[in-house]
Amino acid sequence: MSILVDKNTKVIVQGLTGKTGTFHTEQALRYYGTKMVGGVHPAKGGTNWTGSEGETLPIFASVAEAKEATGATASVIYVPPAGAADAIIEAIEAEVPFITCITEGIPVLDMVRVKARLDRSKSRLLGPNCPGILTPEECKIGIMPGSIFKKGNVGIVSRSGTLTYEAVFQTSNEGLGQTTAVGIGGDPVKGTEFIDVLELFLADPETQSIVMIGEIGGGAEEDAAQFLIDEAKKGRSKPMVGFIAGLTAPKGRTMGHAGAVVSGGKGDAESKIAAMQAAGIRVSPSPARLGTTLVEVLKG
Amino acid sequence: MNIHEYQAKQVLKSFGAPVAEGVAITSVDQAEAAARQLPGPLYVVKSQIHAGGRGKGKFKELPADAKGGVRLAFSIEDVVKNAREMLGNTLVTAQTGPAGKQVNRLYIEDGADIDRELYCSLLVDRSTGRVSFVVSTEGGMDIEAVAHDTPEKIVTIDIDPEAGVTTANVAEINTAYGLTGAAAKDGETLFPILYKAFVDKDMSMLEVNPLIVMKDGHLRVLDAKVSFDGNALFRHEDMKALRDETEEDAKEIEASEWDLAYVALDGNIGCMVNGAGLAMATMDIIKLYGAEPANFCDVGGGASKEKVAAAFKIITADPAVKGILVNIFGGIMRCDVIAEGVVAAVKEVGLKVPLVVRLEGTNVVEGKRILNESGLAITAADDLDDAAQKIVAAVG
Repeated sequence: MSILVDKNTKVIVQGLTGKTGTFHTEQALRYYGTKMVGGVHPAKGGTNWTGSEGETLPIFASVAEAKEATGATASVIYVPPAGAADAIIEAIEAEVPFITCITEGIPVLDMVRVKARLDRSKSRLLGPNCPGILTPEECKIGIMPGSIFKKGNVGIVSRSGTLTYEAVFQTSNEGLGQTTAVGIGGDPVKGTEFIDVLELFLADPETQSIVMIGEIGGGAEEDAAQFLIDEAKKGRSKPMVGFIAGLTAPKGRTMGHAGAVVSGGKGDAESKIAAMQAAGIRVSPSPARLGTTLVEVLKG
Repeated sequence: MNIHEYQAKQVLKSFGAPVAEGVAITSVDQAEAAARQLPGPLYVVKSQIHAGGRGKGKFKELPADAKGGVRLAFSIEDVVKNAREMLGNTLVTAQTGPAGKQVNRLYIEDGADIDRELYCSLLVDRSTGRVSFVVSTEGGMDIEAVAHDTPEKIVTIDIDPEAGVTTANVAEINTAYGLTGAAAKDGETLFPILYKAFVDKDMSMLEVNPLIVMKDGHLRVLDAKVSFDGNALFRHEDMKALRDETEEDAKEIEASEWDLAYVALDGNIGCMVNGAGLAMATMDIIKLYGAEPANFCDVGGGASKEKVAAAFKIITADPAVKGILVNIFGGIMRCDVIAEGVVAAVKEVGLKVPLVVRLEGTNVVEGKRILNESGLAITAADDLDDAAQKIVAAVG
């Protein structure tokens, strides 16, 4: 099994007609035939999108219309930052069950507005500022490179895109493969958090171990660690390897990701590593040793 | 983006917040005229640099017992005398680092009769996804120290974005401060004003420390520190105009022109990486093997050859850099584009230090071929561990 997306997931694209949307939609269609079913553009409804290999998808004027016509269960957003929050809200209002926003650089107060709307909706949001989600050989939503994946039993969750790729690549090389890899994104205010994904991985019978990659800023890793401690008391736990990026980052400086900043004496790497270790996660000191560390943990 | 105190106060004043009268000056000649515009007889002369801890800071050029970066003056002559001592000198505070910052501007302000000092800040609380007021009766102090030593003295109040600051929120804040009478009445207007300024201008932080209760019972914003959300500056041309590039690192300014995420650091190994998480992890692994990174540099997901070359040139232009590590895991970013950018930059500016390159992911074979055929002295690495060990060994 997998979490959140599989071969039955039907995806519409908000921002399909742009360069980024086009490129990644082609990649998704070519990844085991991910069910990309349409695009949304307010001024181009009724037309068709054509990929470089002649693939076509219908364009609709609104998310609601696209969902109605295609039976879409998911949406992916490549809309530029200034309009991305409104695109998310449109998808929420159309009651799209699973929304992934790839866009980087959305003003944080726009996300505050989105979050308020999201909290009283039925939708789940992944991102923004994330690489998306991929279930090997079934469904690719977002920008992760499909070629490094291998079907298997490791669940991967990460705040960083490229470190997700490291974890995927290394677990593939060790022959373990992945159930699903989820990039939750580097923004301070976002939809899905570590806890949400960990809950799904704990509940998924095929996921036999988990790699969790955090970074400086905020307290989501500490919250996740407490969640894992509480769940373990109920007898729910799986072998885990972790990594935290940003041990050497200076205080008060934002390190690329809007959310990666140690501020007000909170969010430093040391306290996150300590919290994860206390929850029984084997924290690798090196991002190059996620795969080998997991193999060691699994050997016991 | 950070702005100066005097600019922050102008912004808050434009929303109707009570701030003291003041005049910013950049030369000693302007000090007397500035002071004459104020009522007196008490003045405050404040260094305008983008760093906190100014009051307790020390000027490098002055004797150790000289006064700090924020001074009281009791006459116009006193204002001029202090301005002469402060302007052009280097202020070192807990936040500037040992190099300090040159004081190019002073803010001459009307003095206030202080009864109580309070702390008030607004920020986005990432756990709730809402804007929060952080309030404390311990004003004028380092809030991190208060949070550490007496966390019970800090109260956090979340604001519902759809309701804004309600009368119940104001009552909560007033109670947390123990405000009564005129001060509580002032709070009813001030707290919604601060929230409106924060939201309307897309601030990422608004700190009033201290917020004071004056002897006449009224509230006043005595100090103000404002940062803006860089992602929202596109809709605030007026705030963008407040940027003071003299406060920023020259390399960081150049990097920002190329839309590169770059942070200058103190070590000697330059890094060029794609992705913020991997860029931080690359810094960490350099440290793990015993050396220090000279910078954080994320070229991003879809960088062009030109952008990669620009990043490489910024890194090599730093005289502290004794070796360079390029670490790429190509997803959208193609390894061949990185290789072309590195080769182009080296051909233009030369390569005087060891260069270790680790390429993985999309078009990796093509990328490695471009580097091999370039004839440049590049050390290839298999993975990040290998790359870090090689560059640390090369720098010695």
